[in-house]
Amino acid sequence: MKKAGWFFVLAIAVLMVLPVAAQKTELTFWTWRPEDTEKYEKLLATFEKQNPGITVKITAIKNTEYNTILSAALSGGSGPDVFQSRAYGGLETFAQSGYIESLEKWVPELKNFSKVALKGATSIKDGKIYGIPFATQTLFVFYNKNIYKELGLKVPETWDEFLANCAVAKKAGYQALANGGKDGWTLEVMMGSMCPNFYGANDFYDAVVAGKTTFQDPRFVSAIAKLKELTPYMPELYMGVSYTDMQSAFINEMAAHFIGGSFEAGYFASQNPKLEFDVFPGPTAQKGDPHYVSVYADGNFSMNAASKQKEAAAKLLRFFAGKDTGDFFIKELQQVSTVPGVDTSASPYITKVLSLQKYSTPYVFLVGFRYNQPTGSTLIQAALQGLLAGKIDAAEVCKQVQEGIATYYEPFKKK
Amino acid sequence: MNKKTTERLWILFFIAPALAVVCMIILLPLFMSLFNSLFSWKQLIRQDFIGLENFRKVFFTEPYRTRFFNALRNNGLWFIITMLIQNVGGLLIGYFLSRRIWAHEFYKRIIFIPVLFSIVAVGFLWSLYLRPNGLVNGFLKIVGLPNWTRAWLGDESIATFSIIFVNIWRWIGFPSLVFLAAIDNVPMDCLEAAWLDGASDRQVFFSVILPLIVPSILIITVLTIIGSLNVFEQIYTMAGLDGSPNFSTDTIGTLFYRTAFGSVDSGNPEIGIGSAIGVIIYLLTFLASVFSIVALGKKEVEL
Repeated sequence: MKKAGWFFVLAIAVLMVLPVAAQKTELTFWTWRPEDTEKYEKLLATFEKQNPGITVKITAIKNTEYNTILSAALSGGSGPDVFQSRAYGGLETFAQSGYIESLEKWVPELKNFSKVALKGATSIKDGKIYGIPFATQTLFVFYNKNIYKELGLKVPETWDEFLANCAVAKKAGYQALANGGKDGWTLEVMMGSMCPNFYGANDFYDAVVAGKTTFQDPRFVSAIAKLKELTPYMPELYMGVSYTDMQSAFINEMAAHFIGGSFEAGYFASQNPKLEFDVFPGPTAQKGDPHYVSVYADGNFSMNAASKQKEAAAKLLRFFAGKDTGDFFIKELQQVSTVPGVDTSASPYITKVLSLQKYSTPYVFLVGFRYNQPTGSTLIQAALQGLLAGKIDAAEVCKQVQEGIATYYEPFKKK
Repeated sequence: MNKKTTERLWILFFIAPALAVVCMIILLPLFMSLFNSLFSWKQLIRQDFIGLENFRKVFFTEPYRTRFFNALRNNGLWFIITMLIQNVGGLLIGYFLSRRIWAHEFYKRIIFIPVLFSIVAVGFLWSLYLRPNGLVNGFLKIVGLPNWTRAWLGDESIATFSIIFVNIWRWIGFPSLVFLAAIDNVPMDCLEAAWLDGASDRQVFFSVILPLIVPSILIITVLTIIGSLNVFEQIYTMAGLDGSPNFSTDTIGTLFYRTAFGSVDSGNPEIGIGSAIGVIIYLLTFLASVFSIVALGKKEVEL
């Protein structure tokens, strides 16, 4: 009897506690930026203050393992309520598998986002929006202002001026370019920064996506050949120079230029606060031509289609689509937020990046050709390694890319 | 309950946990990947049954064919070089250690230490040493061989060899110790008989010791075959998932991973094709194991 009595006491206690607990909603949120976890916690604290009763538990997973872990969790039905999702092809994988909720009806703010940003969050299959884009990235050239001052250099406009600056820097004992070729993706970034002005930016992009031309178009071949002209200014044994080597060369003021993406700035500034750097867009053939930069959406915030707390998740997503998050990206992360109408005056760097985006073109292989294997990125990265190592020429690079993509890309098959 | 049933139940009781683990984490995934390889996939969702179509694609259609045979060739390279350098080297080291050369106990430990290191740590450290301005090139410059400096991991023609070398550095202690144990186990009377007959050291080695340690050689060979087929971590840590540069270090392990799960920088998963490659790796490994069982069985009778 005594035992049964205890049981009732416990049962009643549990029943009394349960409804209280149920009022609190705990959302789970996953990010691939472990380095930014603390910053995100601050942002989410703001959200929790604005939405009493909802708490958010943040889980950060290493960038390179994120996709694998997320897809395992989602297909096992145990994924987070809200998570960072990749843009373009990386989003398509999850969206077309039915793991992501389409957001039009949950987040009305999406209407105000720019088309370019939304493209990375839109499925090419059904045209629905599966995420809230959080940042755009722009590819261009970082330069060390002190080295430029010391050598009396001016920001180059044309390709020849750029090479001339490189030659001066090299002669003065600096690495003219920090860039190496060990990590293939840094070569794709180099292509994205340097080539659009030579292959005809958006004209070529639209034509090649529509299948009206191919990657063996003479414009594209000659643009790729330009990259080869940079090799004399790359570091010694550049094929062995990895991404981290590149970063440390620029951060330690050993290199005058770093061809890279807008995402680098935060890291540069935090690693060497004394480093004075600025950016300029890829040089053009002639003075006065518009300088195009490759731009792409970095990623999105998405909702798990199997979430049991969609109302609360939608609240978090609307928060991610709002000003607080926009400011957070600019001030805390030094990223170009896609939230419309965010004040960028606090950061001259981001104001500059946005001004360069005036002439923007999609980052060709990521935006257009990352939906099937072998992706355009895989192909160009490997082929560019061949080019810079001197194993193949530009025509062969373009041939390999074209043939690889043509194995699945319908508009190319008709040719 | 009679005695026999009790005994059987006890045996079952002891085997069951291990068996359950093996079934869950080895057999089940094995059959799942076999199953998955027979279907077409739409992103992460399984679609229609297509028989052996995925295998046909891997072997006969572009772009899979080029990538697969390129990777398989590298696995072959791993096997040949590991056999030639690591295992022959291991045999020599084992032999000298068994001759009780000066400070042999010290050498034995030194040579075996890298075997204990984490493969990821080794890959990471050596990729630092092999950087253009890393330890290796620095050393070459100091000893007056600046022309020998290379982009060890960035040059298509030598990247695979560099990674194989690192792996040999890490693993050579293992065959050395196996061969040392085998040579120490050669019956003393055989050796004494040979010496009394006036055989030279070389003759003793080739005509007495070598034939008697064939089982160990076979075991090491089979382990090398299996190891060479499963090369993954070394490439992953030193060259990346894409078998960089320009696929020159790609192996079927990295190709499998990249195809099945996609790599972050550049690709989407193709689970059907990936599973097919996984099954092929399994079959090749299985064949190697069968070969080892058959070959070892015969040799053991001989002794």
